[in-house]
This record gives sequence, structure tokens and C-alpha cells, in this order.
Amino acid sequence: MTAVAVALPRAGARPAPVRRSYRFELVKLLAQWRIRLLILACWVGPALLVAVISQQSSLPADTVFGRWMSQTGWAGPLVVLSFSCSYVLPIVTSLVAGDVFAAEDRLGTWRHLLVAVRSPRRIFAAKTLASLTVILLLVAGLAASGIVGGLAAVGNRPLVGLDGQLLAPAHAAGTVLLAWASVLAPTLAFAAVGLLGSVALGRSPMGLVVPALLAIALQLAQLLPLPVVVRVALPSYAFIAWRGLFTDPPQIGPIVLGVIVSLAWAVAATALAYVLFMRRDFTDAAYDGVGRRVLVQAALPLAALLAVTVGVIAVATPVAGSGIDKPKLDRSLATAFAHLYVMQTGELHRPNVTEAQLRSGAACDKGGSLLADHGAGNDWRCVVSWHLPGSTATGQAIYQLDVTPDGRYKADGDGPQEVNGFFQVHTATGDAPNPLWQFDGLVDLLAPTSKG
Amino acid sequence: MPENLAVRARGISKSFDEVVALDGVDLDIAEAQIHGLVGPNGAGKTTLLGLLLGLAVADGGDLEILGSPVRRTLSLPDRVAGFVDGPGLYPSLTASQNLAALARLRGSGSDGIGDALEQVGLTDVAHDRVRGFSLGMRQRLGLAAALLTKPRLLVLDEPANGLDPAGTRHVHRVLMGLAADGTSVVLSSHRMDDLAALCSEVTILATGRVVFSGPVGKLAAETDELDYRVRTSDPAAARRVASETPQLRVLPDDELLRRHDAEALLVRAAVPALDDLVARLVRANVAVRELAPVVAPLEAAFLALTAATNAPSEDEDL
Repeated sequence: MTAVAVALPRAGARPAPVRRSYRFELVKLLAQWRIRLLILACWVGPALLVAVISQQSSLPADTVFGRWMSQTGWAGPLVVLSFSCSYVLPIVTSLVAGDVFAAEDRLGTWRHLLVAVRSPRRIFAAKTLASLTVILLLVAGLAASGIVGGLAAVGNRPLVGLDGQLLAPAHAAGTVLLAWASVLAPTLAFAAVGLLGSVALGRSPMGLVVPALLAIALQLAQLLPLPVVVRVALPSYAFIAWRGLFTDPPQIGPIVLGVIVSLAWAVAATALAYVLFMRRDFTDAAYDGVGRRVLVQAALPLAALLAVTVGVIAVATPVAGSGIDKPKLDRSLATAFAHLYVMQTGELHRPNVTEAQLRSGAACDKGGSLLADHGAGNDWRCVVSWHLPGSTATGQAIYQLDVTPDGRYKADGDGPQEVNGFFQVHTATGDAPNPLWQFDGLVDLLAPTSKG
Repeated sequence: MPENLAVRARGISKSFDEVVALDGVDLDIAEAQIHGLVGPNGAGKTTLLGLLLGLAVADGGDLEILGSPVRRTLSLPDRVAGFVDGPGLYPSLTASQNLAALARLRGSGSDGIGDALEQVGLTDVAHDRVRGFSLGMRQRLGLAAALLTKPRLLVLDEPANGLDPAGTRHVHRVLMGLAADGTSVVLSSHRMDDLAALCSEVTILATGRVVFSGPVGKLAAETDELDYRVRTSDPAAARRVASETPQLRVLPDDELLRRHDAEALLVRAAVPALDDLVARLVRANVAVRELAPVVAPLEAAFLALTAATNAPSEDEDL
């Protein structure tokens, strides 16, 4: 008997590799005028904005680092970062990840794509990677553009941190880049929520705005007097935690927790999107998302993740309540005052003094004797004291503090005029307001609550 | 087996929840054959095309495509191409970019893009964005995308949708050329003239079942009586002669027909009775100027075959 080899057609053609599908998805994304416009805006807009604002006499002092924009080029990219975390990044993730699956529904191209790629799993991977690539390109543009604009308009000068210490240009550069890198985690979380919305809601425009709506909801939540364990468990917390990099020592705990929470959200939302996508019946031409089941299949699991995260953080961290109390504010304000006093001394060409010689201290009180000294509010009043070398007298200055629930505070000098009143000082970049007049500070919400 | 089959389906069934889309469908499509698939809305055509493209698997029955059994979604052999529910193009890309992206996705070079565009007559608009294309141009570009794979089985859903007569002829030439080169084409269409012009065999589906499958000629022959329009030199005499012709019925005046041709006579008869009428008219010195079926034989057969099984329905194709 002779064996005859028969060449049979292969039972199933191999699916297109993810690498090719990824390129295909990138080509489609980059061909959209909306994405091209976004790229242009992110790579050019911040540079122009920073360059123009840095030259203005009125600076955006309400935004953290805004008051330093005319004195160092490193403040500009941080103002851009702060603005991006509030508005730009959620919008970017909405427009890119929030539409990457829904676009195929709108164009009626799913069947065509499936026949070409032959693997829903690979399509999902390619779309996810392509949208993340574009989002990273946009984030890189925001960072690079802000840095270029700041350095070109103001120059590579030291940056005043959030406890008043002066960061040398190289140190400032590294910290600014680290701050931008830290917001990649929450950006990924919002992108994943965008993917989930895009998969779950089909052609509905609701899918496109899910990350933006989530961002608004979380910003509103951050304004509420929530316990710190809930605040840190929100996926947007890493969008504000980066500010802890600009204190000495850096407030690493909130940053690490914020990044972990964001990554957990990114993984969970991507996994939910994957499950919904793989369950989809692509032969159903009338399919338009999972409809009302989105609450059970997408929103509920994420709410459960939030609850679990709150529980884990509550167990893992020693802090309770708002995380803002008198001892923390006392320490933070005294430290910032000492650093800025040294800076002011130099700018006024007085005899040099060091922070150690000043031995500064602060005593803060919230709302008088009737209120407990903890929590956010604009009714904090602090008395700062210090010693000058060679003098037995103790200097005192008063500050009104507006403390926000996220731990940031704005100190407003309330006398004496020659110490913390408004007057111009001469700096390397020209006249600027007295550094002790108004400044920003930050308390570590997760630091153990001290007894007063 | 009498010949090599590109598609062999036996007892295919497919349901969506409570709705039975396909119910025991048998289908044989030979290599190098253009096979028409027709049926009223909701007959299951789109579902069947989806199975042939591997977008879904049947709930029951056996399906072999190009000799390979299909048991999983998207597990078709190489060189099966086509489209269901529109050609699936990206409007922000140009025609050639659409094809180039697809070619790269499949790992093939961009060598065939020019040829494919030329075959469907879109060379002049190769660098125009698809956003500005008419429906007919999109259909032709969808066909070009399918041609890139040099398919052995081409599955097309309403490829002549939106095409002008010249475009239709162009597409017909392409499909006939493919069949001549050995490609099997499955063509779903509501346009009976297209099917009659292109297909050697047709399958008629109604409510998920095959009501006819075979050569187009056999389908037409199975239709006993057709309606004919007769134009003569003496309409009154012709009407009198027709009313005296056995096994032939003079139909009441059709309002639409009358609007176009007031002197035409409508009769319903099988071919022998029609021959008899012509002979009688000649004997009565009435000149026959035109004798043509009101409805094409294929369409008439389709209507006759599907009328019994197809209750009026608003449903779209499943």
C-alpha cells in the first residue's frame, strides 16, 4: 500500500498578528482630523500658553505653581500639568479611547474588520494599544510643549517647591518629569474607562463622554469633605498627588497609593471592556451596546472596586478623618516660612541667614476656640515665629490660611507689612511680589495624625 | 461528488434567541460558479452570508468551505473574502490608503492595489478620501478590497447597490472574469436582472428555508404562467382574439401600464397558449408589435415561490 500525501487547505487561516492590527488601528486613528487637531493642540498649545502667561503681570496664582511662572521656566509645565489633570487629560481620553470601538459601530465596519483580522481578541488588544499610544503621544506633547514654552520664555531657573525650598534647575527638571510620569497612571485609568464606555455603549454619544463625566464627578467628590481614605481611593487622586513631589521630603505615600489605585482601575476597566467585547454577537447588525445592563456589567463592578479600595486603604493607613490637622499645618507652615524667609533675605540683600538659625515655628487655629483644629476651610489663622541670629527678640507674623480638602493651602500674609505684606522685591528675572506675602503649601494627608 | 464544491452546507440551522434565521439549509456552490442568493426580507440571507464569511457558526448542520469544515467563528480557510451589510470602509482614509491598510493587515504587499482599483474603475479617485465617495463608488471599492486577497470564494451582499448602469456593467465584468478564473462567487441581491445576467445557479430562501436551488433556467421553466404585455396594430381586435384563445386570460387594465401604454393588452398564459394567441392574431391580420413579460421570468418565479411561505413582514434581514 502506498501512502499518498494530499495537500489539504489549512482548516483555518491564521489571524493577523497583533503588530499588524495595531498598525492598522494607528493608521485609522491618526487619519481622523479630530485626533490630528488634538495632537497639534497638545504639542503647540501649552508652549504658547506658558510663554504668553509668563510675560503677564497678573499670574494664575490660584493654580499651584502659577505664582512662580514669571520666575522660572519649570513652573509653566506644572501649571499645564495641573490644568491638564483637571480638564485636558479626561477630554483627551474621552476623544481617543472613548471612541475607538464605537467608531466601528458608527461606520458599520465590525464585520469587515473581523473577516480581515479573524480574532476579536487581537482586535481588542490592537485597539487598546493604539489608543494608549495616541494618548501617550498627547501627554508627551503636553509635557514637552509646556517645558519648551517655559524654558524659552523664562529660562532654566530654580523652582520654589511647595514647602518653600529652592529646587536647583536640574532637580526641578527631574521632578517635573517625574510629576508628568506619575499622572500616566490615572490617565491610563481614565483611558480604560473610555474603552469600557466605548465597548458598552456602542454608537451612543454617552460612550464618548464617559471619562469626562467621570472626571467631573470625581472633581466634585474631591471638593467634598470626604474622609481621606475615600479621597485617596478615587482613581483621580494621582492627578493631584504629584504635588507631593515638591516638598522636602517628598510625600511619597499618597503618590504611590494614587498610582496603585489608578492602575487597579485601569486593569479592572480594561478587563470589563474585554469581557463585554468578547461576549458580543457581531452577527447582530442591530447591536448598539449593552444598554441598561451597563449598570450591572460595568458601573457596579467599578463601584465594588472603589469600596474594596476604601476598605484596604482604611486598614493599611493609620490616618482617619480629613487628614488635615493643626500639627501638620504648624509644621508645614513653619518650614515653608523659613525657606521663603531665607529667599526673601537674599532678594532684599540682607545678611545671610539659614533655616536652622531661624528656628521658625507656627501655631495655627481654626475658627477660634469654638471649632476643633482640623479639616479644610478658609478660617485657619496662624502665627509664625522665628529668631534672627544675634538677636534675642522673637519675630512674629500672621497668616490666614485657605486649606482645601486635598491638603493644599494658600497662606496669605496678614502682617507685619515689612515681613509678609505686599511689596516688590528684585529677583534675577525682574521685580516680583514679596515671596512671604502669599505662598502655597501642602500637608501630607496620609501622614499619621499627630497629637497636638 | 460530481464536481469540486466551494461551499457545501447540509442541514444548517441558526437561531437568535426565539427567532429561527436558518432552518435546515442545504447549499452546494461549485467552483468557478456565480451563485445567486435571493429571498424576501427576513429570509435569512444575511445570516447565511455571515456563516459563509465565518462571522458566526451554525447551531446545527455541517458547513464546508473550500473543502475545510467550519466549526468555529472566524476559522475559515485562506482566500475567502467579501462583505455583508456594506463594504466596510474608513471614510477618513483615501481609497488607496484603505486598500493599503488592509493589505498590510493581511501581510501582503501593496503591489495589487493599483490592479484592484483599476479592475473596479476607481484609479482616478485612488487618492481621494472615501468620505466623498458615492454609495456606488464605495461598493466598488469594497469589491476591490475583496479582490486584494485573490479570493477563491467571494461573498458579496448587494454589490450593485447604488451603482449606475455603467458601474453595474463594470462590476458584472469583474465578477464574470473572476468566475472564469476559477473563483466562486456568492451574490446576494434583490435585483433580479443582476442575478439573471450573472448567475448560473440561484438559491431562493424564504423564512429560513431553501425553496429552490438550481440553475436559473430551471427556475424560469418551473413557472407555468406569466403576465405578458402585447402591443398590436389593432388593440380592439387583439382583445377579441385573446378572449377567444383557450387557456389564456385577458387581465383587467393595469393603471400603471395604461399610463405608459394605453393600447397595450395584458394577458396571463403559459408559453403554449401564448404561441396559440400569436398564431390567431396573425390569422386575424393583426400585426404583433411587441410581446414581452411584464415581470421577468426569474422575478416571477421568485414571487411565486416565496408567496406561499412569506407572510407580509416588516422585519429586516436577520
